[in-house]
Amino acid sequence: MSGGRQVPTALGDALARWGGTTSRRDFLKTSGLFVFGVSGVGVAGAGRWGFGTEPSGGESSEPASYPDPDFLQLDSWLVVHEDGTATFYVGKTDGGQGTGTATQQMMCDELDLAFDQARVVMGRTDMTVDQGGSGGSDAIERDAMVGRRIAAEARRVLLEMASERLGVPVEGLSVSEGVISLRDDPARTVTYGELIGGGRFDVALTGGNINATTGVASIKPVQDLKLVGQSIPRYDIPGKVDASLEWAVDVRLPGMVHARNVRPPFAGATLSAIDELSVRDLPGFIRVVSEGNYVAVVCEREEQAIEAAERLVVEWEKPATAPFPASDDLFDYMRSAERVPGSGGRGAARAQGDPDGALASAATVVEAAYDIPFHGHTAIGPAHALADPSDGQMTIYTNDMKPYSHRTGIAEFLGMDPEQVRVIWMDGPQLYGRTAADDAGFEAAYLARELGRPVRVQWMRHEETAWDTKGPAFAIDLRGGLDADGNVVALDYRGRIANYAHVGYNQARTVLIAQLMGFRPERPSPGGGRGPDEMYYIPNRRQETRAVRFPLAFETPLRTGNLRDPNGPQTTFAGESFIDELAAAAGADPVEFRLRLLRGATDDDEAFRRARSIAVVEAAAEAYGWDARPSPGTVGSGRVLTGRGIAYAYRARTTIAVIAEVEVNRETGRVWVRRMVCAHDCGLVINPNSLESTIQGNLLHGISRTLYEEVRFDGEKVTSVDWRTHPTLTHMDTPEQIDVVMVNGDPNPDRPDLRPYGAGEPSHRPVPAAIANAIYDATGVRMRRLPLRPERVLEELGYAGL
Amino acid sequence: MSEITLRVNGETHTLDVDPSTPLLYVLRNDLGLRGPRFGCGLAQCGTCTVLMDGRAIRSCNRPVSRSTGEITTLEGLPENGELHPVQQAWIDEQVPQCGYCQNGQILTAAALLSYSPNPSDDEIREGMNRVLCRCMTYYRIQSAVKRAAEAMAEGEDR
Repeated sequence: MSGGRQVPTALGDALARWGGTTSRRDFLKTSGLFVFGVSGVGVAGAGRWGFGTEPSGGESSEPASYPDPDFLQLDSWLVVHEDGTATFYVGKTDGGQGTGTATQQMMCDELDLAFDQARVVMGRTDMTVDQGGSGGSDAIERDAMVGRRIAAEARRVLLEMASERLGVPVEGLSVSEGVISLRDDPARTVTYGELIGGGRFDVALTGGNINATTGVASIKPVQDLKLVGQSIPRYDIPGKVDASLEWAVDVRLPGMVHARNVRPPFAGATLSAIDELSVRDLPGFIRVVSEGNYVAVVCEREEQAIEAAERLVVEWEKPATAPFPASDDLFDYMRSAERVPGSGGRGAARAQGDPDGALASAATVVEAAYDIPFHGHTAIGPAHALADPSDGQMTIYTNDMKPYSHRTGIAEFLGMDPEQVRVIWMDGPQLYGRTAADDAGFEAAYLARELGRPVRVQWMRHEETAWDTKGPAFAIDLRGGLDADGNVVALDYRGRIANYAHVGYNQARTVLIAQLMGFRPERPSPGGGRGPDEMYYIPNRRQETRAVRFPLAFETPLRTGNLRDPNGPQTTFAGESFIDELAAAAGADPVEFRLRLLRGATDDDEAFRRARSIAVVEAAAEAYGWDARPSPGTVGSGRVLTGRGIAYAYRARTTIAVIAEVEVNRETGRVWVRRMVCAHDCGLVINPNSLESTIQGNLLHGISRTLYEEVRFDGEKVTSVDWRTHPTLTHMDTPEQIDVVMVNGDPNPDRPDLRPYGAGEPSHRPVPAAIANAIYDATGVRMRRLPLRPERVLEELGYAGL
Repeated sequence: MSEITLRVNGETHTLDVDPSTPLLYVLRNDLGLRGPRFGCGLAQCGTCTVLMDGRAIRSCNRPVSRSTGEITTLEGLPENGELHPVQQAWIDEQVPQCGYCQNGQILTAAALLSYSPNPSDDEIREGMNRVLCRCMTYYRIQSAVKRAAEAMAEGEDR
């Protein structure tokens, strides 16, 4: 450690891993691309607090500045080092689905490097271009395609440099693993490292926005990609297995202190008094910080902060009006509540033909209502962040999946210039949308500024489970009409979604601390909501979704945010269960019935969704060994009943079909999904093993949401607060067999420009319907309300006399 | 505060902490270890697991004063510079997604295999059942436990 440039272990380890002797900032600084505040090297002033290290004075006392890397400069994206290896700077984050490894594969392929000759740096607002961080399953579909173009451009420039150096036209050169050689004289070579090692490209890119960034080089045809398509082991896994990887929870700065929040015991409560004497004499106590209804306790040690937060006596006043109905009354409430004007949003409505007329004249009309409760994220590790306020800047160490909006949101919240704020993404517990509105970073930054020293915040389990952002509840009513031949002539879908004031991405006015302090968004989200996404041809249909609201819209533990595949599992549960109901009413096999609906039209879109929908349904049925017959099957007389069900959907440009095989124990009500098949078409597959892992996670997470998960609340607070009151899937529930079938249903499967489509979420959405359809197949009983815990299953079987 | 002696990963540490402090915070904040992590503080999820005298225990609600055995954290699992077969199996099966819970999964599997070297599928499910994973990597974990059991059996045959 030298002088005031002490590098905390987080950065030190990262630098060691990147193998460079200079940091990215040093590189950029010496490259003269950007003008930095003088002290803005490494982690500004990190050595300032205690432990006898020198303050960062001696350099300038001006605040550090962290300007945005310029996306129109090749050097902002890619550096070639002296040893010929490269570092790719990627403005995304990896939640453990392997997007970092996959991006590295794609970029190495374009640059003609071996996989091990490169490394990826992700999600640091001062070092990586703002690609938005994670979300929407777009890392590979959109952002890594930018990476491919960048890498292709770097290769083009390097080849031109080699051409000049070797006196041979570019056409006479070939590249392999960073070594350029003459086609006619392969002994004559020059390496990337020799050409540019450590230096700048100084090449300008074009593009009206970051996603459109490009050079002049073309990307390679798919057939020329060598690393793409290989199951290269993920680079992040060894460090996760031997504890060498430093996570956001692990960062420790000298002089840092620990904070814990104290939440209102009732939703909508108003703070009336804090008795600081109740904790003042506790060991390590530093301060109680409160503003509005936000309260936190800061102590020297972590366990001291936990104890102080538990013991702090706070008086709260209950709101005059009940904030929301009890969860037992939720769906009645939602069906009778007024709809929020302007809610629903893009993609929510679909209108075609004359559904009412067609229903009136249909031979058979089927009606059903589906209920899906609020789901929590309930991350295995509660929200956490560490903020360092030294030298007038603010650095936040976080697992926030969207570090860029985290930075701008915190800057706005604290009234700071965004250039004085930087967010350093590090690995953390699963993101899935929770850390797109990451409260802990805001809290840490606020407290760090109040205390004037680094503050680490971590939520407690009860706090995370009760107060994290929620996936919205749905109440969905469906009507469908069949003609005398069993064809679907009408479908009427009406959804209600409890999604009013859905929080945005790290917004300064909608994160929990801001709400508790009394901030309100100028225009609360009216509440969006999609319907199911499928390619069925049904001549007369209506599909609309409207939001409803509760008396308490803010400071509520039922505030909704994005939860993995927002809306997808809920709406597909209703839509694909109901298609199954129609198939049963028509006496048709569920697979044949769906294929008939998919083949009813011939029109398609640029992503060939219809053709690729048919391909996944057929592939799933084949992989499962599906025997065509109507559901239910013959309901046995034994203790355990077995059945299989299918559900299909698309999400954006990815198509998926899932088949579940279940065992239903009619004595205990336990449902076990014994086998799952997922046929998956996301176009070009980058890393099959990593993709399979992601799909397995989606499937099991879907089983968990189907069988167990539900946010429970009485009329004043959330009552599901830990792993007993909020159960989740366990090892015991794991299927015996999971088959993932990668499908490429593109009409021209060998197209040279075959694109990868998103895969982080799509396979999640068909799962609840596939399970419910399988239970129907096994028992003849239709499950229309989630979750399917044993007590509910027993109750439903009981109604049916089983 | 009082003086507490801990044996962790083969080393002895003497610390001046409140004896009621949960072991987890001492391991993380005083000894700088990263393996055990906070998940629930209620001994429900297993994220904070460490081995004590070879048994998998939860460190989040065990007072440091009652942590008198030989403690092994994920950092201490490798022997002679080689990953434990369970760790190697985790890499071979590409188990982790986010990885936050995997400390508890790996240590629980290591403990399971130490007293049940050749577990059946049901024994693996039951033995691992109290360790939760919200990325739902259970399927790969169970494959990795089997792979590790095979590797350990082969290692003994050699």
